[in-house]
Amino acid sequence: MTTPADLALGTPATGRPSVGASLGELWPIAAAFAAFVAAWQLIVIVGGLPVYILPPPGTVADRFVSGWSDGTIAPHAWTTIVEVALGFAVGAGSGLVAGYALARFRMVERLASPYLVAAQAVPILALAPLLALWFGPGLLAKVIICGLIVFFPVAIATMVGIRSVDRGLLELGRSLRASRRQVLLTLEIPAALPSIMGGLRVGATLAVVGAIVGEWAGADKGLGLLVNLARGSLFDIPLLFATLATIALLGIACYLLVVLAERHLVGLR
Amino acid sequence: MTAAGAGPRSTGRLVAADVRVAFRGPSRGAPPTVALDGLSLDVAGGEIVALIGPNGCGKSTFLRVVAGLLVAERGRVSLDDQAITEPDSRIGLVFQEPRLLPWRSVADNVTYPLQLAGWSRGHRNARLAELLDLVGLTGAAALRPTQLSGGMRQRAALARALALSPEVLLLDEPFSALDALTRERFNLELLRLQERTKTTVVIVTHSIPEAIFVADRVLVMTPRPGRVAAEIRIDAPRPRKLELLDQALVSHAAAEIRTHLQVGEAVA
Repeated sequence: MTTPADLALGTPATGRPSVGASLGELWPIAAAFAAFVAAWQLIVIVGGLPVYILPPPGTVADRFVSGWSDGTIAPHAWTTIVEVALGFAVGAGSGLVAGYALARFRMVERLASPYLVAAQAVPILALAPLLALWFGPGLLAKVIICGLIVFFPVAIATMVGIRSVDRGLLELGRSLRASRRQVLLTLEIPAALPSIMGGLRVGATLAVVGAIVGEWAGADKGLGLLVNLARGSLFDIPLLFATLATIALLGIACYLLVVLAERHLVGLR
Repeated sequence: MTAAGAGPRSTGRLVAADVRVAFRGPSRGAPPTVALDGLSLDVAGGEIVALIGPNGCGKSTFLRVVAGLLVAERGRVSLDDQAITEPDSRIGLVFQEPRLLPWRSVADNVTYPLQLAGWSRGHRNARLAELLDLVGLTGAAALRPTQLSGGMRQRAALARALALSPEVLLLDEPFSALDALTRERFNLELLRLQERTKTTVVIVTHSIPEAIFVADRVLVMTPRPGRVAAEIRIDAPRPRKLELLDQALVSHAAAEIRTHLQVGEAVA
């Protein structure tokens, strides 16, 4: 599994993320992708691997297209997208509030941080079956699992961001008789935004992980379930790979959405 | 703000009486640090007073008390006979650093106090033009603080402090980060600006020439705990010109200030 550090790719949160890269900047990405596909093909040929171990890229691409056009993948993908969106919203929302409370109220930090760290230390994989047992095979369990995994990086990033707000600016706010609400909206949030967006980037990709893990623990629909189906009862390994590609694309899309939002909010500076 | 004629204004009189401020010691049971003790002063409306003193004599602490950011343990600070116990819109404060919000344009920084006070965007924009003109930043409204020179940043901070037309302007070593030549020009501009607004000004400084050049009175403070050790009146006509700095009057005043500063140090 990837760690949060691995996921926090790209430019630091304070810089301008390069989403709308020009064609000149895109060709190395295309070249790297071509090299990846070529290596894959080569391994299949040289190793003489059967389709049920490693299907060649062409077969996977065909199955990806047919899987989407014959309606095999789409309903599962849609279920997962809803889980990811709701889970991310719940996890990020509560992470923002908790992070602020941790930063500004010493008592909250003292009382809550041991439990937060302990909850984070228990792998979500171990926790997922229990949550599935409690909350059933439907959407709710996935949203909770997804929310839990998103919560931690967002809460920590928010706490760090709010704590690092320049004391001089807070004093300025006080000298100008800013209300608590004005301090929050005009000083603390804008100042902490780069850090918060960093946490949201990590959270966005973890949200996909959370949804898939939740589906593995028990689901009747979703990309995580489709992975199991393709490997098990259907024994359609190209479909398994096509599903993995879909999951990866979903993760990339989530990450890019956050980067775009970040560029809109922070990049303007 | 309407410009009053010659002589002291009827408003903007700042009085501090027997102010004492002590900070808790670093650990329980440690003696408190007394920053100010028995500090009194009386600044007339429209007057410019410079506070000068050694490092750590509590000059900045005193400005914080006047700005309502710090409550004195004893004594009283009042503006036009109203006690100052919390930040007051009649008092404008310029910190040693510009303290601009880096994510806002110059315009939005300068009008920030107006926004907090609930002014509409239309009113804010109208006032903005006046303020930028006052500090010579017209044309820089759309720039970000990172695009400004140190001097321009401090101009923006000055405009922000003047946004709500305060009766009193408090300046905490506002030009200490500027080079000597820029600093002289800023002193001149500060006087020109005060000529227009007739604001009462209290400026804290480390520079004897700066204190003499801008102030009607220079107050020399003792080392901690700070109080006023001596008062030197600067009887130079206004508007003042830079040539004033070369005159005998200034060297006499400077010598007197130095004497008091040294006496203070000897005691410490």
